[in-house]
Amino acid sequence: MKKIKIKINNQEIVCDQGTTIGHAAWANGIEIPGLCFHPDLSVKANCRVCVVEIKGCNKLATSCSTKAEDGMEISTESERVKRSRNLNLEMIFAEHVEKCPTCVWRLSCKLLEYAEKYKIPITRFKDRKSKRKTYKFANAVEIDGTQCIDCRNCLDACSNLQKINYLELRGKGINQEVVPTDEKSGFSFMRKRKDADCIYCGQCAVHCPVGAAQEQTQYQLVEKALADKSKIMVAQFAPSIRVSIGEEFGLPQGKIVSGQVVAALKQLGFNYVFDVNFGADITTMAEAEELVEKLKSGSGLPMFTSCCPAWVKYIEFYRPDLIKNLTTARSPQMHSAGIAKTYWAEKMGIKPKDIVMVSVMPCTAKKFEAARAELKINGVWPIDYVITTRELAFLIKKNKIDFTKLKAMAADNPLGEASGAAAIYGATGGVMESALRTAEYLIETAQDSVCASVKNKKMSKLCRGRVEFLEARGLAGVKEAVLEMAGKKIRVAVVNGIGNIKPVLDNLENYDYVEVMACPDGCIGGGGQPIPTTAAIRKKRLEALYKIDAKSKIRRAHENQAALAAMEWLEGKRKLKEPVLYTKYKKKS
Amino acid sequence: MDLLSKIKQAKLVGRGGACFSVAKKWSAVKNAAGEKKYVVANAAEGEPGVLKDGYILEHHADRVIDGMKLAIDFFKAEKGYLYLNHAYAKKLNKKLALLIKGLPIEIFIKPIGAGYIGGEESAVLNAITGKRIEPRLKPPFPVTSGLWDSPTLVNNVETFYNVSLVNSGEYKNNRFYTITGDCPNEGVYELPDNLTIAQVLKKTKNYPKFSFFVQVGGNAAGEVLNSKQLKCEVCGAASVAVFSLAKNNFKTTVKNWLNFYSNESCGQCTACREGVYRLREAWLAEKTDWPLVNELLDNLSDASFCALGSGLTIPIKSLISNVYPQKK
Repeated sequence: MKKIKIKINNQEIVCDQGTTIGHAAWANGIEIPGLCFHPDLSVKANCRVCVVEIKGCNKLATSCSTKAEDGMEISTESERVKRSRNLNLEMIFAEHVEKCPTCVWRLSCKLLEYAEKYKIPITRFKDRKSKRKTYKFANAVEIDGTQCIDCRNCLDACSNLQKINYLELRGKGINQEVVPTDEKSGFSFMRKRKDADCIYCGQCAVHCPVGAAQEQTQYQLVEKALADKSKIMVAQFAPSIRVSIGEEFGLPQGKIVSGQVVAALKQLGFNYVFDVNFGADITTMAEAEELVEKLKSGSGLPMFTSCCPAWVKYIEFYRPDLIKNLTTARSPQMHSAGIAKTYWAEKMGIKPKDIVMVSVMPCTAKKFEAARAELKINGVWPIDYVITTRELAFLIKKNKIDFTKLKAMAADNPLGEASGAAAIYGATGGVMESALRTAEYLIETAQDSVCASVKNKKMSKLCRGRVEFLEARGLAGVKEAVLEMAGKKIRVAVVNGIGNIKPVLDNLENYDYVEVMACPDGCIGGGGQPIPTTAAIRKKRLEALYKIDAKSKIRRAHENQAALAAMEWLEGKRKLKEPVLYTKYKKKS
Repeated sequence: MDLLSKIKQAKLVGRGGACFSVAKKWSAVKNAAGEKKYVVANAAEGEPGVLKDGYILEHHADRVIDGMKLAIDFFKAEKGYLYLNHAYAKKLNKKLALLIKGLPIEIFIKPIGAGYIGGEESAVLNAITGKRIEPRLKPPFPVTSGLWDSPTLVNNVETFYNVSLVNSGEYKNNRFYTITGDCPNEGVYELPDNLTIAQVLKKTKNYPKFSFFVQVGGNAAGEVLNSKQLKCEVCGAASVAVFSLAKNNFKTTVKNWLNFYSNESCGQCTACREGVYRLREAWLAEKTDWPLVNELLDNLSDASFCALGSGLTIPIKSLISNVYPQKK
């Protein structure tokens, strides 16, 4: 790459030809504010906050879109730049009705940060959007029109990244508004035919710079429950939280903070903290058993993973004909919570109804999943509330807990024990790899169920199986591999992000087992993760998960003794096994 | 001599208003890599006070189509689109349909809601390809990445007319002037392209006897000049609108522009979407907050996404400095 020389604020900078001014500045420690730019999305240059002055140019230039050219002299702080940038920020502020008291963003809000940093007068203009609507998508995500700054990141995330096309831009000029496609327009009395629906992935929320697209928060309900001392408060946290939440407290990207998460939850007042990795091991076993059975019978193939609730919603709405291909195994959070409210409750002598289970997820769709009525067990909701990584970080900050100084604590047993296979559930390809580790064991030992194999003392053979299925790893949009187990070929595919689903759905006959994660790079890029979430950050989080796996004493789900014990207990409870481990799906279009 | 050399020799400039060298644009499309290329004749004519494209299509449509055909042949283009203002389509559709019969040219009627911005060249491309009608981020420019990301030549109706004349050796350095406003002989006139504003008004027997100012190059984005500033050539899309000082007052003239731009801003960028709204708000307020007005105007010319936002500042700033300097 050819190098060029430019000057920014009189500082000489050498950068690659083709680099934008913004990149060159940031790479050299020169901060340029901006709101609409996101490395996951194509450059739109519409917020006009990152303007800079280039010597010899008539107009100011947006640093996100303008390429640096050899010899350019750029100022990011000239009077002209300040005037424009500050006025644009001020006008954007007047588009955004501040709802700070209840906003999980308020402690990491860019708008507030800029207002303070650049001393923006925020009272010259009246808020002009106070009458805008809030669009709620199930109980998962919402887009609050009174807070929208018209940057269009949500549209791009929904249409270009995820290819769901549920959001559209209506109106022109100051009347433009992001609305769901099935929203009635002013002129028609008929609701439009629903040809797109939200899958609750929350990519709009994780790409929104100002929290206008946001999770529907439940942290307030959690606070209320924590204050009610008559309840047993239990928290459980997802595999990917432990490698992402540290970012909210200034820790390096990909820092593993499992023990701090447990400690923070305990400090918030939770009586017990369980690890959803435990549930992931259960999921792996249930799913691997089903896969082995389907491979044997040859029907219902390819089998799809179902632990991503946005993917499940996608199937239920867009391809109900494929519902039969989804594994009937519940997802890790449902397995963990279900076992806590049955097996663990019985062991502890607690009534399931006295337990309040709070799930901490990297995901907005998990809120929707937890509220699916068919997942109730004997009339009891396994999970009472789901909060996102961001909501947990907010609670920690709000309660002035110094996260970085917390002493690591282990999750409570028995639902705190987990294999390395569980950790990688948070990364694209991870569910596939975990299931393959166990499926191979089942196939090689000619067993149908993990529990039966324990009884038959076949466990000694378990070392024969492979641990690392590198075929499932990497960040490609679609990964494919053909594996051989006990002389049989298994054709697998991993879909990284729902935007990449089409080629796989078009060629289903080519596969036996398919993992789909709706969010880019899996749960580590989930809609509930810390902001910013970018490709570079996702990569760091993903590497951390594989590090956890590599360092784990046990690497396979079926080696998790605590999980096996729970599975065996369920074997003895014929009436509970089905509702705790499995589920059904319904057409939703 | 090939067509491009003829165009170069004739020193043709784009007649959409930007006066960009036609030879340069054509060379760029010629040299751009791409399997398919397209040609678009822009007949959106959304600028108030400019009527010449409609006039040319009414009287010289054959020449315009000939110019398009020459371009299509020159680039071995896949297809040509005549992007037509819907008012003109109503009037001329049948005639035009006859003229393009058998040619790889399609009439694309400018959507009714497309508005002023629907004539901006990259917004035209968006309209034809079914995207939201608003300007694109440049670069890439249409010459390398236009319709369906293929190299595309977008020229004004009058430009294609001139290309046809240049090709047959009949180009006489004329152009079409639109005269409107407080004057007796409103209309479109074909006259030499180097006339001053005063000459054009006199030649068309429109030079006022009363106190007046003019707006040149479009009634939305044109510059305002007082009666002593008429010795320069008519620029942009070559329109002259005459305003009687007695009939038009300062406050309303600006308000009319602000109303127009409020309706026409596409909404893409903060500087224009919010800026025009706040400017209008400040203008309608009882007491004008001049520092704020100036700040908003400077921001529009400095930081708006496309020429529409900066376009608004031209008439307002020039009206103030050339006609009402005491107001500020």
